[in-house]
Amino acid sequence: MAEASIEPTARQGLMYSEYLDRFRRSSEFVVIPLLALVASAALFSLFLMLVGKSPVEFFSLVWRGGFGTGFSWQNTLVRASPLIFAALCVAIPARLGMVVIGGEGALILGGFAAGAIAIPLVPIASNVLVMPAMFLAAAIAGGVWIGFVGWLRHYRGINETISSLLLFYIATSVLNFFVEGALRDPSDPNKPSTAPIGAENMIGPIPGTSVHWGLAFGVIACLLVWVLMNRTTFGFAARLTGGNVRAAQGQGLPVGKLVLVSCALAGALAGIAGYFEVAAIHGKANASLIAGYGFTGILVSFLARHNPLAIIPVAIMLGGIASSGGLVQRRMDLPDATVLVLQGMMFLVLLVSETMYGRLPFFKPKGTT
Amino acid sequence: MIKRHFDRRSFLKGTAAGLVGLSASGLLTRSAFAADITVGILYVGPRDDFGWNQAHAVAAAALKEVPGVTVVEEENVPETVSVSQSMESMINLDGASLIFATSFGYYKPFVLEMAAKYPDVQFRHAAPLWTDADPKNAGSYFGYLDQAHYVDGIAAGLSTTTNKLGFVAAKPIGTVLRNINSFTLGVKKVNPAATVQVIFTGEWSMPVREAEAANALIDAGCDVLTCHVDGPKVVIETAEGRGIKTCGHNASQAPLAPKGFITGAEYKWSTIYKDYAAKVGAGEALPNFIGGGFDKDFVQSTAYGAGATEAAIAAADTARAEVTAGKPIFVGPISKQDGSALVAAGATLDNYDPALDQTDYLIEGVVAR
Amino acid sequence: MGDDAGFTTVLFAMIAGAIRVSTPFLFVSLGECLTEKSGRINLGLEGTLVFGAMSAYAISYQTGSPWLGVVVAGIAGMMFGAIHGFICKLPKVNDIAVGIAMMLFGTGLAFFFGKAYIQPAAPRLPSISLGWWSDDPQVRQALDVNPLFLVGIVLAIVLWWGFRNTRLGLIVRTTGDSAPAALALGVNVNVVRFLATAVGGFFAGVGGAFLSLYYPGSWTEGLSSGQGLMAVALVIFARWNPLACFGAALLFGAAGALGPALQSIGISRGYHFFNAAPYLMTLAIMILSISPKRSLKGAPGELSITK
Repeated sequence: MAEASIEPTARQGLMYSEYLDRFRRSSEFVVIPLLALVASAALFSLFLMLVGKSPVEFFSLVWRGGFGTGFSWQNTLVRASPLIFAALCVAIPARLGMVVIGGEGALILGGFAAGAIAIPLVPIASNVLVMPAMFLAAAIAGGVWIGFVGWLRHYRGINETISSLLLFYIATSVLNFFVEGALRDPSDPNKPSTAPIGAENMIGPIPGTSVHWGLAFGVIACLLVWVLMNRTTFGFAARLTGGNVRAAQGQGLPVGKLVLVSCALAGALAGIAGYFEVAAIHGKANASLIAGYGFTGILVSFLARHNPLAIIPVAIMLGGIASSGGLVQRRMDLPDATVLVLQGMMFLVLLVSETMYGRLPFFKPKGTT
Repeated sequence: MIKRHFDRRSFLKGTAAGLVGLSASGLLTRSAFAADITVGILYVGPRDDFGWNQAHAVAAAALKEVPGVTVVEEENVPETVSVSQSMESMINLDGASLIFATSFGYYKPFVLEMAAKYPDVQFRHAAPLWTDADPKNAGSYFGYLDQAHYVDGIAAGLSTTTNKLGFVAAKPIGTVLRNINSFTLGVKKVNPAATVQVIFTGEWSMPVREAEAANALIDAGCDVLTCHVDGPKVVIETAEGRGIKTCGHNASQAPLAPKGFITGAEYKWSTIYKDYAAKVGAGEALPNFIGGGFDKDFVQSTAYGAGATEAAIAAADTARAEVTAGKPIFVGPISKQDGSALVAAGATLDNYDPALDQTDYLIEGVVAR
Repeated sequence: MGDDAGFTTVLFAMIAGAIRVSTPFLFVSLGECLTEKSGRINLGLEGTLVFGAMSAYAISYQTGSPWLGVVVAGIAGMMFGAIHGFICKLPKVNDIAVGIAMMLFGTGLAFFFGKAYIQPAAPRLPSISLGWWSDDPQVRQALDVNPLFLVGIVLAIVLWWGFRNTRLGLIVRTTGDSAPAALALGVNVNVVRFLATAVGGFFAGVGGAFLSLYYPGSWTEGLSSGQGLMAVALVIFARWNPLACFGAALLFGAAGALGPALQSIGISRGYHFFNAAPYLMTLAIMILSISPKRSLKGAPGELSITK
């Protein structure tokens, strides 16, 4: 009410400084990660020089292999797709203060469920039925798997980081047990797999590209999760819980339900990544599903500071680095682990940069108190 | 994209039992081969694993010596979309016109897709998978290592005192089962009372479990060990440390076991690679399918180690000469483990019989349930 | 063959396996136990373990002295621990995330520099025969233990005793239970945690040296397969008790030996699940033994993982 009496000019000035403050505060979330990226690139350049390699050559190869041409862009985007889903599997529980590192398990089982449900359906049903069934099976399998992690956390008090990791190892046994056993396609004795789902049930590329639809779904998933987490009461409650569980419980929030639903949703998204691996790449479920996307997803989510919108560019960046790894290996005679070293450095520097938030004078609000 | 059924049996019958499938070679484009050629090679693991990948890398090194041939290599390429991307990158960025894809899971769908996409590039894959329904610029090459495992079995059967031999295997897939069967047939031929005990580790590379498997076999009374895992180093060294004899696999492990090494089953990919390079240099078309064993110098036995007795050497030398001359390994009566007959009494299976490519059983004499 | 003889074989193999395989678990879990007692968690010990394995092997190969390799692995591990400790002491930094980053970084560095050492054969650590009393060669073999195994046992006892009876132990425990209480005692919480993480890293590095220089005794990229991470889980179900860590490490080793042992007597069906026994067992024990109703006995109050 007091505002009404403020003179028009003064009010404008206030708005300006308010705007500036908001800009300063929000730019902090862009500038600091960018600075961290630059710093990690510098640190990695130092590392390369120490082992006698040229950083300039390295980064120009990364550019060329990951982003330089239309061909490399497509490679990068194909790789980014599973990373987006896997990162969401980390980002959603992270809002509740949970660190789930076993998204790989949900991805594997999602892919397996998709391949498994296709076995009885493919001979009797058209793709109108098979494709959604596979998609749902993958989402449910992944959702149950990570949902179980959430259940263990809330109702049994078992740390989600450890349990999700254990469940990853168990998921690989489940996959191998069935793929090498009861659900094995007998026509292929040398690569134990479920029966091929058939070309008509494969999900093709986005028209005009060689990038499969997983990327589009991933981007949509990021947008939806962002809306869910930032524009709904669910997201608000989740963030409150992540801030302080006891306070949230004290306010009567259904913490258990929030944990379960968030974990199940996260797992479902990782499972969908598995679906796309099967339906867009392999055409069947087999041990090739265990490719480490779930683990790289952890890095993506942390680099994106668990922000669903930031996950998209970060996943593309890491997809680009990964897809240029081969070129780096061939041209510079560097081992494939070079990419791991770079990723590790980026991760560490970014975490160090967390400490800068609210401490750099530039970003501090300067307007009214 | 995915061929669910293919009839490679009839194809192989038409081409002299799968020796050299030249039937389609007239269709090959010659334009792809100028005098200078860039060859791209993909490995699934590290190039120096004392095993499968090293066997290929050794051959690749020999290929580099050929004038006019440039070799680009990439290791640790997982059986995912990375395969297509690495191949495309080699083609588009390095100008590779001949690709060797050395891991089993690379073929379907990755080699097939790339062969369709790049008709001017030649793709060759290290497993007997090519059929005449596949693209004509793709092809298979394969060394039938089970022949060398059979010779190992002959030597090993004469080296045991407990009549128990151990086999550490990665996964129960066709080529592995076939090697176990041929090894067992060698053992049984010279020592009908002996049995071969198998432990599957479930992974192509899992050193601690491989060592545990070796110890478990030794504790169960086995006194000769061999294996089929990507890197046999751990099995051979563990056995040597416990003072028992060993037969090698994939590459030479003789230096790892100065006391107990008998002999080993080794690939000799260099024969094939050099042959390809020579054909390319001469402007000749590459065959779509080549496969062979001792007869074509595609496989070899490791030079005898200190663990080989006079009797074992003599018997193994004889057996190798016989197999080279075409004498069958599978001589009836042979039963599968479930009791059903594989080869009737008096009958034989040719060493290149396509039925053996579909091995999904272990024979009687192997202990594993 | 599922008779008594088979059962004895499996039991024996599991006991022998426990002795062979447990040492890296023991060292990593003791290191983690120390770090967690001070109120911080280090998930990066997997990276430390792998880097320790690589550096030990490399040094042993270059100098011909495996023991020097063990020392260098420990020092390398200590440096990784120090990096972790340093970063975590900055405000607003999540120690679990730093652990994951260190795991990636350590593994990456180990693979990067380890390429050259996959091939060469390095001198390995010797073993001590404790089975002289037995005539059975198998028993004698099973009791050929590595000195590091014995060092690990001594270390577990020393830590267990030290936490209870020494001033240093009290300081670490207080720091882990309540930072304000430690401050009241005049303890510098950050320094204690930094040192505890660094020393914990030293232990994990030594555990890695055991992998590459004794059992399985070579350096390859697949050497660890998650043992460093499992050791973190192991500390939880050992309830932050160093002696229980030893028991848990033995149990883990035994569970890992189950799959191969069963196959050695001819039981191969479902071997995937037998091979997953350590993970299934850990999960089952955690489900059965942890209750959300009461706080964990022995759990350091400041630990993020139990909050």
